Amino acid sequence: MTSGRFYVSRFTHHVLRFMLYALIGLLFFMVALPAIAQDGSENNGGLKKVVTDDEVNKIARVVYCPVCESTPLDVCQTQACADWRQIIREMLEEGKTEQDVFDYFSNLYGPKVLAEPPREGFSLLVWIVPLVLIPVGVVFFSRYMRNLRADEAEVVTDTAVPPPTPANDYLSQIEKELEGK
Amino acid sequence: MMNEIEQPSPSKPIRWGNIVVWISIVALLGMAGWGLVQTSKTRPEAGQPAPDFTVQFLDGYQWEGRETATLDDFKGQVVVLNFWASWCVECRVEADMFEATWRKYADRGVVFLGVAHVDVEPKSMEYLREFNITYPNALDYGDRVSQDYEITGVPETFVIDQSGQVVYVQLGPMREATLTQTIEQLLAQGG
Amino acid sequence: MIVDIGYISLLLAFLAAIYSAVAAWYGKSKNEERWIESARNATIATLPLLLVSSAMLIASILRNDFSVEYVWRVSSIEMPTYLKYTALWGGQAGSLLFWNLVLAVFTAVAMANKWRSQKDLIPNALIVISLTQIFFLGISAFVENPFARMEMVPANGNGLNPLLRHPGMIIHPPMLYLGYIGFIIPYTFAMAALMAGKLDDGWIKATRRWTLTAWLFLSLGLILGGRWAYDVLGWGGYWGWDPVENASLMPWLSGTAFLHSVMIQEKRQMFKWWNMVLIVITYSLVVWGTFIVRSGVISSVHSFARSAIGPLFFGFVVIMLLFSAYWITKRRDQLATGNKLNSLLSREAAFLYNNFLIITILVIVFFFTHYPMISELFIGEQGFVGPPVYEKALAPLFTLLVILMGIAPLTMWYRSSAKRLGIAMRWPALAALIITIGLFALGIRHWGALLGLWATAFAAILTLLEFWKGTRARMKKGEPVWTAFSRLMARNRRRYGGYWIHMGVLMMALGIIGIESFQQETQLRLETGERLTLGRYEMELKGMERYPGPDDLLITEATINVYENGKFVRTLLPRTELYTRTGQPMTIPSIRSTIADDFYVILVNWEPTTATAATFRVFLNPLVNWVWAGGFVFILGTLIAAWPDKKKETVASRAAQAALGAAD
Repeated sequence: MTSGRFYVSRFTHHVLRFMLYALIGLLFFMVALPAIAQDGSENNGGLKKVVTDDEVNKIARVVYCPVCESTPLDVCQTQACADWRQIIREMLEEGKTEQDVFDYFSNLYGPKVLAEPPREGFSLLVWIVPLVLIPVGVVFFSRYMRNLRADEAEVVTDTAVPPPTPANDYLSQIEKELEGK
Repeated sequence: MMNEIEQPSPSKPIRWGNIVVWISIVALLGMAGWGLVQTSKTRPEAGQPAPDFTVQFLDGYQWEGRETATLDDFKGQVVVLNFWASWCVECRVEADMFEATWRKYADRGVVFLGVAHVDVEPKSMEYLREFNITYPNALDYGDRVSQDYEITGVPETFVIDQSGQVVYVQLGPMREATLTQTIEQLLAQGG
Repeated sequence: MIVDIGYISLLLAFLAAIYSAVAAWYGKSKNEERWIESARNATIATLPLLLVSSAMLIASILRNDFSVEYVWRVSSIEMPTYLKYTALWGGQAGSLLFWNLVLAVFTAVAMANKWRSQKDLIPNALIVISLTQIFFLGISAFVENPFARMEMVPANGNGLNPLLRHPGMIIHPPMLYLGYIGFIIPYTFAMAALMAGKLDDGWIKATRRWTLTAWLFLSLGLILGGRWAYDVLGWGGYWGWDPVENASLMPWLSGTAFLHSVMIQEKRQMFKWWNMVLIVITYSLVVWGTFIVRSGVISSVHSFARSAIGPLFFGFVVIMLLFSAYWITKRRDQLATGNKLNSLLSREAAFLYNNFLIITILVIVFFFTHYPMISELFIGEQGFVGPPVYEKALAPLFTLLVILMGIAPLTMWYRSSAKRLGIAMRWPALAALIITIGLFALGIRHWGALLGLWATAFAAILTLLEFWKGTRARMKKGEPVWTAFSRLMARNRRRYGGYWIHMGVLMMALGIIGIESFQQETQLRLETGERLTLGRYEMELKGMERYPGPDDLLITEATINVYENGKFVRTLLPRTELYTRTGQPMTIPSIRSTIADDFYVILVNWEPTTATAATFRVFLNPLVNWVWAGGFVFILGTLIAAWPDKKKETVASRAAQAALGAAD
């Protein structure tokens, strides 16, 4: 079974490595995909579009009321919020894009009104920290785990290790664990 | 109590865990302490220097031909800094009075400056047109001026003297008599 | 008179706490047990005193005694009686008194309970807990005095904030407080163990059930808070990543990590230091969260009015953190055990992966929550991180956690073979994949949701298999299914309670994936008789009505007929309420709930309503009821795991009685 042990550690190594890549990939897609998807707006020059409440709400739910505390514009009930929703509607009627609306609000009231802080300047930090923190954490953690693991030699002499229990002896395993608690 | 920690005996290995614990605690406490000071900040009261600001005037408004201005540009003049908003009901009470007083003192070394707090441009313009306001007005982009003056609501008015000191703060609508009296006093001292 | 009794009791409790701290310290340094005993009695005495004090405040509210400022602030003559009781915790001063009461309950019970079994830890525990009490009672008695009088007696009060006038308010804050404050017991005993240098498992054994209880209440508080938001706030959701919500989520996360990693210590004597760190982090997050929220350092929709307690609270946080960090770092070497991991695929390793994921989530939530402050510190401009960012950053981590939740129970202590794990996981993974492909075939194209659904199905199958394997093993001994199943639960409630909790979490995960990925909404203005369609539902406005409600309410109500696939199913009555005295509007949604989805209708009150027309915002929230059902299973599982062991308890109490008899 010596090769089996080798297999275990290599296997684990691959699993950890795979998890790391998968995580980075996942994060990349979560951040990048919506941005890619947003490209491709159209402008039908000068003509006033008919804007539905739904189109307004779609934006209003990710723009926060600058004077209330953590309340998005789509649920805020004050007069000022009604004015801001009207602004969104008018901008959309003029053919402005979602991003134009975000820029307008961010310029006027600061980036604190956007549910998603802009991916530039200081607020880039919001996007970078998780993207950096997770891989760095994984690296440190896996290194820590490898150090924590007993050396191969130690493992071989460690007779306290119970052999893997066959599945049909499941009850005895449970019972044993019960006794051992 | 902490001496023991700061002077580890040389034989001990460096405990990164401990260092992380202490650094994060100090950083957190520093941040929270700073945050607490920020929260407990209050508006500049009479006698204190007025915080500097930069404003960008709304369409059709200007100061000596320029589209932006800072507090420094007004040095040597009495500044009446009024925070308002189009959605604010009480602001409407004082709007006409401000315009009238401005016309009275415009050429006597007094500047009126309106700053719209969390407002939308078209609504602000509508409001200004409604009251025929001619003195310079700006929209508070990014809410910066409002934050520096720590205003707690609108209307709020700061009267700043020729040297940049706050001399009078009015929460809520300003009364004409108070405003005129304050300005007259400053003009008398400054002139 | 009533008010005076209340305030005097509060003062006496404050004095008792001071006495207890001094007597415990004196008794400890002189090694005289009668002083320690006296200190304990003083600590326990704070409970009846605070009960009296709280009763007097409630009495003042019930008697509409508006000479008391707090009563004027949170109550009014017209308020229904049950709300008058809840007004005890409806404002800053009252909620602090209530906080003190809960603290006294926990303290008294723990001190009475652990008196004999944890003698070595008691003196230090008394000091730590009394100092905490001195702080909170001091704030209640001198800074945020709920019994403070008004100079002029108003004829009527303001009444409770309309947002808080919901039956959920009866139970949500007390649950959160029980959860928050409950963590002080494990924290206290951990610190006492550190101070006394008694670094064995004593403190863990003494407080394991306390930790689980605190965690149970915190979980309940979180779930009920979500339900309350869903019912009252009218934005079609249950969780907004608001600072206050995060303040209660963060200690829950570290508490969850603790409950898992503590098992490694019990089994393998490893990670003693780490467990100390986790329990300290958990309690610190409770105090920290309370501080940032109540001091207004980070603003939130829930914020209490800013008050003078900010700097005081900061002082308490500073002392508490430095004190904890000092002892944690000082005992570091003594807590180190040479034990090593045998395999990275063992049960203990699985708990560590769990800890890693949870702590990463915690750090990200902490960073996002504090980002407004960080941003202001570095660039002088407030920043903000909204729900979409939280969801993007945390979704992959939660997905991994769900997968781990399925795999971890398969691992064994010391080591498990990769081959065996692979075999055990193979078919469930495939089955989950088939389910996912089936969903794809049904037209679901949301790739993130599909991934999440695969993980959830995978973990759910594995968890159910655990139940099945255990039951089958017992059945082989000749027990019928139900006997086998229930005996399995009874024999190892902690383990199977844990699996119940996992099932609850997986059900909630299903609901969360459903509402987050597939929520539909629309907003439209309807005239009477007009219809709108959303998904398989159609609704028709039958009429509008406006009438005065109880208290100062003005209610506007719409009558709506809901049709599912063209067939009438229900009448809904969404309404808006206007509190005419304060002018505060409320939106009360009306919901048609099924196991598949909620049809959630809001009457949009900022658009004009006429006698015949109004604007409606309608949500279709798929699977959202799985969140609540999962929450129920979750709580059930926690109860199974935390329920006192009858056999053991009686043995223990008999032993205690014997000891008592011997001592007498």
